[in-house]
Amino acid sequence: MKTGAKILVESLQREGTEIIFGYPGGVVLPIYDELYDSSLRHILVRHEQAAAHAADGYARASGRVGVCLATSGPGACNLVTGIATAYMDSIPMVALTGQVPTSLLGNDAFQESDITGITMPITKHNYLVKETADLSRVVKEAFYIAGTGRPGPVLIDIPKDVSTTSVKDVPVPEKVELRGYNPTYHGHKRQIEKALNLIAAAERPVIYAGGGVILSNASAELLSVATQMGIPITTTLMGLGAVPGDHPLNLGMLGMHGTEYANFAITECDLLFAIGVRFDDRVTGRTETFAANAKIIHIDVDPAEIGKNKRVDIPIVGDVKSVLTDMLTCMKKTAGHEAWIKKIRHWKQHHPLKCPDDGRLHPQFVIRQLSELLDGNGVIVSEVGQNQMWTAQHYCFKHPRTWITSGGLGTMGYGLPAAMGAHFARPDVPVFDVAGDGSIQMNIQEFGTIAAEKIPVKIAILNNQYLGMVRQWQELFYDRRYSFTELPAVDFVKIAHAYGIEGIRVESPDEVKPALQAAIDCPGPFVLDFRVEREENVFPMVPAGAAINEMIGGHPR
Amino acid sequence: MKPHTLSVLVENKAGVLSRVTGLFSRRGFNIESLAVGPCEIPGMSRITIMVIADDNKIEQIMKQLNKLIDVIKVSDLTDNERVERELALIKVTAEQGSSRAEIMQVATIFRASIVDVSPKSLILQVIGDSDKIDALETLLRQYGVKEFVRTGTIGILRGSKTVAPGK
Repeated sequence: MKTGAKILVESLQREGTEIIFGYPGGVVLPIYDELYDSSLRHILVRHEQAAAHAADGYARASGRVGVCLATSGPGACNLVTGIATAYMDSIPMVALTGQVPTSLLGNDAFQESDITGITMPITKHNYLVKETADLSRVVKEAFYIAGTGRPGPVLIDIPKDVSTTSVKDVPVPEKVELRGYNPTYHGHKRQIEKALNLIAAAERPVIYAGGGVILSNASAELLSVATQMGIPITTTLMGLGAVPGDHPLNLGMLGMHGTEYANFAITECDLLFAIGVRFDDRVTGRTETFAANAKIIHIDVDPAEIGKNKRVDIPIVGDVKSVLTDMLTCMKKTAGHEAWIKKIRHWKQHHPLKCPDDGRLHPQFVIRQLSELLDGNGVIVSEVGQNQMWTAQHYCFKHPRTWITSGGLGTMGYGLPAAMGAHFARPDVPVFDVAGDGSIQMNIQEFGTIAAEKIPVKIAILNNQYLGMVRQWQELFYDRRYSFTELPAVDFVKIAHAYGIEGIRVESPDEVKPALQAAIDCPGPFVLDFRVEREENVFPMVPAGAAINEMIGGHPR
Repeated sequence: MKPHTLSVLVENKAGVLSRVTGLFSRRGFNIESLAVGPCEIPGMSRITIMVIADDNKIEQIMKQLNKLIDVIKVSDLTDNERVERELALIKVTAEQGSSRAEIMQVATIFRASIVDVSPKSLILQVIGDSDKIDALETLLRQYGVKEFVRTGTIGILRGSKTVAPGK
C-alpha cells in the first residue's frame, strides 16, 4: 500500500524530474512530507508565480518538462500568470496544485478555488484527480501531453484526501494512449516536394523562423537548409538563437522592433518560408502588406496555426526537425540567389541597428558589452519591455536555448524567476537576467530565493526610472503625456545587500565592462544597477497596425 | 456567413462540455444550438453544434476543437446529405372554446402531438428541423405561448457514412 503523495513523488521521478519549484500550504502538506526525505530537489520560492516561471525557465533552457507545485486557492491562483506565460510560448510544464478534500469540493471551503476551471483556457489540458488509483496514470499522461506535439502546460489538481489515501500499487501503463490526441510528426511527402520546387523556382526567398525551431531542436537542420539553398533567415523574438547571430545569412529579428533589413527582406521577398511560427501581430504588422508578393510555405506541428492569420500556399503539418530532415534528403542544391543576397548585404551595411556613442550610458551599449564578454557562453533571460527589445536587438545569440523571454504573453516579472530555473538547467554557464527597474520590482521578492539557495543569477537592471516601453509609446503617440509611467529612483544595490546579495551601481560607459566582469567572476548572485539614459527609445519601430517596412527611427532609404 | 452543423465526438468525462463551449466563447463564436448525449461507443458522447460563421472561421474552430485532448473527432456535416431534427415543447394558453380547437388543428397540420391538457393550457410536442419549429411557434403566438423549450438540433449523415473515431 502507498499513499497518493508517495505515488505522486515516485511518478515524477519515473518521468525523470530532478527539480521542482514550489511553495507549501495546507492541502499539500502530505506531498511536502513526502518530499522531505525524497531525492527530488525542491526549491522554495517566495511567491508561487515565481515557481511557475522558474519551471518554465528550466524547461526552455533544458528542453525538458518543468515542474512546479503550489497549494490550493491563493497558491494555485498565483500560478496562473506563469501557466499562461508558458501556454502562449508553448513551453512544456506540469503544474501541480493541492485541492481541498473531495468531500468539500464545490463547498466554498477554506482556500478552495476551481483551478481546473480557471486554467482551462491557458493549459493544453488539465486534470482534477478524484481517485488515488488514477494518480500514476494521470502524471504519465500529463508529462506526455506537455512534452509532445505542440508543447504546453498541463495542470494536475490533487485533493488532499487523494494524497493521503493509500492504495495497492497500481501498475503504470507502458505507453500513453489517448483516443483524442495524436500529433502529426512527419510532413506529407508530396507537400515537401512541392515546397522544394517552389523554393528552387524562387528568386528572392526568405526564411522566417520562430520558437518552433527551438522547441523541435532543429537549429542544425535549419542552418543546413538555409546554407545549402542560399536563403537568408530572419527569426522572431522566440526564434533568436536558432541560427548564430553573426552568420552571414542571418538578418536578426523581424517585426515591430525588428531590423530594417529583415523587414525590407520580408516586404520584397517572392517566397516566404515560415518555420515554426504563428504570424503574430507583433511580427506581421498589417497582415495584408506582410510578404504581400510572396508565395508562402508554412511548417508547423499545430495545424490550427496554418492559415490562421495569413493565407498559405503550401502548408506542411509536422515536427520542424522531421520535416527539415526530409527536405535535406531530397533537396537539390539550387542557385545561391546572389543578386538577392547582395541586395540584402547592401541593406545590412546601410541600415544597421544604432547604438549611440556620446559618452553617456546607453542601454544598448550595456547589452553589446555583455554580448562581447560572454561571446555566446551564457544564458540570457529578460523581463518585458525596452530591456527585452534592446537585448533581442543587440545581443548576439549563438546557440539555441540561450535566450529565454516571455514572448506571447509579455509577462513583466518573468525574468528573475525564469533565470533561477535556467540556472538549474545550465549550471555550467553564467545566467543573466536583463531587467528594467519596472519589471524587476514585479518579482523582486525572489532575491530571497537566490540568496538562500545561492543561485548565481546575475541581474542587470537597465534603470531609467520609467516604465520605459509605455513611456516610449506615450512620447510617440500620446504627445509626451507621461501618465503614470515615472517610477521613483530605487537603490537596487541596497536592496541586494539587505538580502545578502552583492551588487554595484554603474553610471558611466567605462564602468560597464569591469562591472559585468565582476558579476561574472562572483560565485554567487549579483545585482548590477545601470543608471541609463532615461528617455532612450527602442528603434526602429513599426507603429501598431502599420506595414512592417514603414518604420520610424530607422535610416533614410 | 452560413449556418454550419458540427458533429463532435468526445470522451464522456466531467468538464468536457465546458471545454468545448469555453472554446467557442473565448474565440468569439456564438453557438446557435447545442445538443449532447451518450452515443453508440461506450465512454463517448456526441455533441451536435449549430454555429453561424464564414468558412475560414469554421475551419479555425474545428482545428481548435481538434486540439482538445478529450475531443476525438470533429466533422462539419453542412455540405453533406444529412438528417437534422429538433424537438420542442410549447405550452400554449388554451381556454375552453374556439381557440382550443384551432390550436389542435394547427397541431395536426404540423404533426405535433398534444402531450398535456389542462383547463387553461395545452402542451404541444413537435419534431422537425429548426425552421418548422420556428414556424409553429410563430403561429401559436397569437394564442399566447406561455413557455417554449427546444432540445437543439441533432444531426446525422445519410447513408452508411458515419462520424467515427480514426482517420
